[in-house]
Amino acid sequence: MAIGWYLTVSALIFAIGATGVLTHRNPLVILLCLELMLNGANLALVAFARMWGGEDGQIFALIVMLVAAAEVTIGLGLIVAIYRRQLPVDVDELNELQG
Amino acid sequence: MSQVIFFIAAIGAVAGAIGVVTMRNPFYSVLALIVHLVSLAALFLLLRAEFVAAAQVVVYAGAVMVLYVFVVAYVGGGEQVPAGAVLRVLGPLFGLALVIELWIAILGSALKGISSKGAPYRLGFGTPQHIGSLFLTKYLFPFEIASILLLVAAVGAVVLARRRRGLEPPGEAFELQIRAPRPAYTGTMAEGADTNPAADSPSVEEIVEQLAGPTDGPRSGGGW
Repeated sequence: MAIGWYLTVSALIFAIGATGVLTHRNPLVILLCLELMLNGANLALVAFARMWGGEDGQIFALIVMLVAAAEVTIGLGLIVAIYRRQLPVDVDELNELQG
Repeated sequence: MSQVIFFIAAIGAVAGAIGVVTMRNPFYSVLALIVHLVSLAALFLLLRAEFVAAAQVVVYAGAVMVLYVFVVAYVGGGEQVPAGAVLRVLGPLFGLALVIELWIAILGSALKGISSKGAPYRLGFGTPQHIGSLFLTKYLFPFEIASILLLVAAVGAVVLARRRRGLEPPGEAFELQIRAPRPAYTGTMAEGADTNPAADSPSVEEIVEQLAGPTDGPRSGGGW
């Protein structure tokens, strides 16, 4: 398959993830949609690595996966802490850090 | 053959992504994300990224998703509250605009490489051996930074999610446990010293305060 097909799919996944981030209020689902966006970017990185025939893009993709894992750990820790304080798990209500 | 696998995997990945966004229950969203990740690993394999595909399945679909499932089970998730009316209309519109823009940018760029099948295949491309040697030579510094980042994230998650003292005032059960009369010969220090523990011991409230910290101190409202 031509590389363009992979890039098409990656753009579609990225846009679906962005839509999810915008339309959800549950931070758990927003984190899941962030994963979707990162995965779309990863697919593009690996596709470009294949296009150039170098492994540098794959290294990038691995590091993106690692950063995503760290982000998920912190995000889920925050959600558990919010839940323990019996605050609503809803990003529209959690606006105390806003300016 | 590779085209059939590509379309199956691509449809799986996109369907999983749509499932994540549209499912009402966060638990099903997590399951849809697992479908998406496994399909994406198949796409990585088609792109000759064997190590990335393996890491995707083991680390992402395995470890990270287990973490998600645990937290969804703990928090409960419940029914999702949809966003306000404005975002519910503007969000999908924004997504549509974004994907059209990206497609124009990608397919209209007229890059020669995009319509090709990629560079000629080298033996060992994308194997753990090559990735590992790159990580330990050219990309050693990002590798070390990444390990420090993981350590910081692990410590941060423990600090964020730990149970804080004073968050919940000690309940009735705790007080009763202290107040309960002990049967004779249970081996307390007071018995050993042959004194009457009730005479000059601190009151129950003082013991509770000593053990659980001040119940109405500045931290009682939550330790953030």
